[in-house]
Amino acid sequence: MAKTSRICHLLLRFLAFSATLSAVIVMVSSHERATFFNVSFEAKYTTSPALKYFVIANSVVTVYGFLVLFLPAESLLWRLVVAMDMVLTMLLISSLSAALAIAQVAKQGNNSAAWLPICGSVPKFCNHITGALIASFIGVIIYMILLLHSIHSVLDPLLLKKT
Amino acid sequence: MASRNGEEKVELGFNDVNETKTKKDWILLSLRVVAFFATAAATFVMALNKQTKSLIVGTIGSTPITATLSAKFNQTPAFVFFVIANGNASLHNLVMIALDILGPQYDYKGLRLALIAILDMLTMALASAGDGAATFMSELGRNGNSHARWNKICDKFESYCNRGGGALIASFIGFILLLIIAVMSIAKLLKPNRINHAPSPSP
Repeated sequence: MAKTSRICHLLLRFLAFSATLSAVIVMVSSHERATFFNVSFEAKYTTSPALKYFVIANSVVTVYGFLVLFLPAESLLWRLVVAMDMVLTMLLISSLSAALAIAQVAKQGNNSAAWLPICGSVPKFCNHITGALIASFIGVIIYMILLLHSIHSVLDPLLLKKT
Repeated sequence: MASRNGEEKVELGFNDVNETKTKKDWILLSLRVVAFFATAAATFVMALNKQTKSLIVGTIGSTPITATLSAKFNQTPAFVFFVIANGNASLHNLVMIALDILGPQYDYKGLRLALIAILDMLTMALASAGDGAATFMSELGRNGNSHARWNKICDKFESYCNRGGGALIASFIGFILLLIIAVMSIAKLLKPNRINHAPSPSP
């Protein structure tokens, strides 16, 4: 019973790790060159601080997820893992929300501020960003499930340490 | 542990709770009050954030054409989400304060502390998302984005930007307090004298 629970737990963590890793890879590899009115500009993730923050937050969570996968089952560090899980999940959520806000302006513009949508001229870049956001969203959902599982294991301490 | 001892311990625990007053956690209550005020301030300052200005948008011949432009929070979906998230957070804090004051008799199958911890975490997630979106949208308004030809708006609407910044700071304070509150709520689950812990059958 404890063994299947642990395998389930590790599987969830591996899924979250791969989701955030793919979000980083897709966002970093998105660039497109477009020209309008004789001016060519390259749309990359470095042009927007929100997308840079998204890449940084997802990389931090990827590295953390990779390290936690190799933690032995009876280590005392699992309490720290519960705390770090919460902090890093909030970081991930805020980075996803920031990137979503900027992507929404890029797709629909803002009439009151006279900001034109740019997705018409760089559709491939916009699709890449959408893919990265979806991958990170899956990672966020899995991390929230892991947080609820941590609370459950706090209520039932047999799961955290061997008696 | 023999089952008879376990039963005795459970009965003693129930009698203790009924007879002696459970000690109120004043630190948690005061943190919740401050967090309520911080998130409520953020909600109201951002919701009432408005600035109207008449700007010169062009000239015909020698007469300048002025247009009256107004900056409001509901023109930007990120700020609308910010207001909704902080409103939610302040409502949650208010309900938790009321629950704390009304006493420990409101319980759902012994899961009161677990429900409080889970709800605290969910509200924290919502507040964090609202903060992130509003921060980067304000940064875009302050600095613009030269690659996408988006001009900055903060040089024209100075007090709108300053008030938005104030709302953001209040919301960050509320979020940090919510983080501390959530950690304390989860730590409360670990205490051995909670009434929702049924003695687990020895394997």
